[in-house]
Amino acid sequence: MMLSVKDLSVRYGRNQILDHVTFSVEEGHWLMVVGPNGAGKSTLINAVTRNVAYTGNVLFEEEDIRLKKPAELARCMGVLAQSHETAYSFSVEEVVALGRYAHSSGFLSRCREGDGDAIEAALALTGMKNSRSRSILTLSGGELQRTFLAQVFAQDPKLLLLDEPTNHLDPAYQKQIFDLISDWLKKPGRAVISVIHDLSLAKAYGTEVMLLHRGQVIAGGKARDVLKPAYLDRVYGMDVCGWMRRMLSQWEDPEEARTGNRA
Amino acid sequence: MKTRKERFRALEYLFFSALTVAVFCLCVCIGSVNIPLGKTLSVFRDALSSIIQRCLFRSSAAFPEGTDVSILLTVRLPRVLCVAITGAALSLVGAAMQGLLKNPLADGSTLGVSSGAALGAVVAIAFGITFPALPFAGTMVMAILFAFLSLLIILGLTARLDRSLSTNTIILIGVIYSMFVSSLMSIVITFAADRVQHITFWTMGSLQGKGYPDAAILFGALLVFGGVILFHQRELNAFAVGEENARHIGVNVRRVKLTLLIAVSGLVGVCVSVGGSIGFVGLVTPHMLRMLTGPNHRRLLPASLFGGACFLMLADLVARILLNPRELNIGIVTSLTGAVVFVCIFYRTRRGK
Repeated sequence: MMLSVKDLSVRYGRNQILDHVTFSVEEGHWLMVVGPNGAGKSTLINAVTRNVAYTGNVLFEEEDIRLKKPAELARCMGVLAQSHETAYSFSVEEVVALGRYAHSSGFLSRCREGDGDAIEAALALTGMKNSRSRSILTLSGGELQRTFLAQVFAQDPKLLLLDEPTNHLDPAYQKQIFDLISDWLKKPGRAVISVIHDLSLAKAYGTEVMLLHRGQVIAGGKARDVLKPAYLDRVYGMDVCGWMRRMLSQWEDPEEARTGNRA
Repeated sequence: MKTRKERFRALEYLFFSALTVAVFCLCVCIGSVNIPLGKTLSVFRDALSSIIQRCLFRSSAAFPEGTDVSILLTVRLPRVLCVAITGAALSLVGAAMQGLLKNPLADGSTLGVSSGAALGAVVAIAFGITFPALPFAGTMVMAILFAFLSLLIILGLTARLDRSLSTNTIILIGVIYSMFVSSLMSIVITFAADRVQHITFWTMGSLQGKGYPDAAILFGALLVFGGVILFHQRELNAFAVGEENARHIGVNVRRVKLTLLIAVSGLVGVCVSVGGSIGFVGLVTPHMLRMLTGPNHRRLLPASLFGGACFLMLADLVARILLNPRELNIGIVTSLTGAVVFVCIFYRTRRGK
């Protein structure tokens, strides 16, 4: 078991954000965490990365993450945030190279053997090789997200945590990012947890799905067992599947598609 | 690829060192009495050789004498040394703060540390506090003490609001604290009306009449605290990209932040106690150098050392010769030039966006 979470609870003052959440992720799996706004999805990522105080147990490969040093934790888990505020004109390569921080421990080793290779590979994988010396201030949202994806690839964690990684990206970039991550996942010894709003994406790419609502796990398991009307309608308070079907059906009618009208 | 970059950096260092040496010589030669460069260099050579002979061979070699010699060796040289080291230190502090807080407007002063240090020194002057047991004047001890105290207060307040010591909170608290401290300073000045002239002269910043012990103290502080800052260049890069990102890549955010803030306040405390609060050096120099070297602290921090030294030496030169024989406060010169340059930079970058 790569990550196992038992009875994870998080409180902000009186608000119970997460309430005894229990789940686990195995090697090679991609867990999609879904649920309405305020369900506690992002807090889940924050707790697992030790960014907020929590009660309960989070074990990475059977070892409590609270016992790990920050650099050690970063070698186990990498995070791709939703968006990135940039202030200084660092080059793409400089940002990607920072991903090696956790691997070059010690006082003098600025650049260990293999660091250069990891950076090159990450740049190549994400298609940022030709933009390596560009300033991050000049990048589009999609390019910036690919830069930070390259950084987390260079970091070479075993578990990748994504917090709505494509929320503000157009469909072409969404597909690109998700395809890149599913390629990354093919190598043994890796797993992905992703917080996501788009239920279709969750179904398409996830091996497992966990449905959260008001800090509690409503359902967890295979995508087809979780993403069904019985659960979704209750959690979202509407006929989610019906609505999505209606959205999709617009594209099935050639007449409609040609004129571009809404159903 | 890599070797070319390294060579380029070596050239850069060579250029900066040459520039610093040139500015240094210029500042030592020019003043109320102009001394030709050749004469200056020969005086330095003679003094140096006599010191070496005395130390190594215990012979009583003749020390050079004369008016020019005493102007150069007892007045100008220590002063210019102090100015250069202060400039380098303040500039380094500015660069570090701007990286750490990911804010090009941050500085030791934005954090409130220099205001706190200034208050400590003003209190010492106003109430005549001295520590007979310590070799240095009460101002220095009080300034360093208050700088650390300010840091503790700011960090304490920030930590109560926000455990992760986030950037915005810390800057906001720093600004509020600076305002609070400057009003306290006004109160102190009101109580010590007879020493107003001394206090204001000092709060505007000046390195007039500084000697070798001051230079030695400054150099020691720069060596220790500056060393800590230079050592954390990778972490500073990570913070400059983003604090959240720094955490994700494995930086021990809280510990690194605390270490750097302590180094910064120590350096600011020493600088303020020696030369008063000299503003805008730490704000403008790194900003201008960033255009030359880029934001990577591996290049920016060393460049800031040299650039800050040059900038402050030139500012001091202007302060000395502009209204000769009267002398301006160096803080006035840096603030005047600094504010203008800063506004220009700020507008240009804003329009560029």
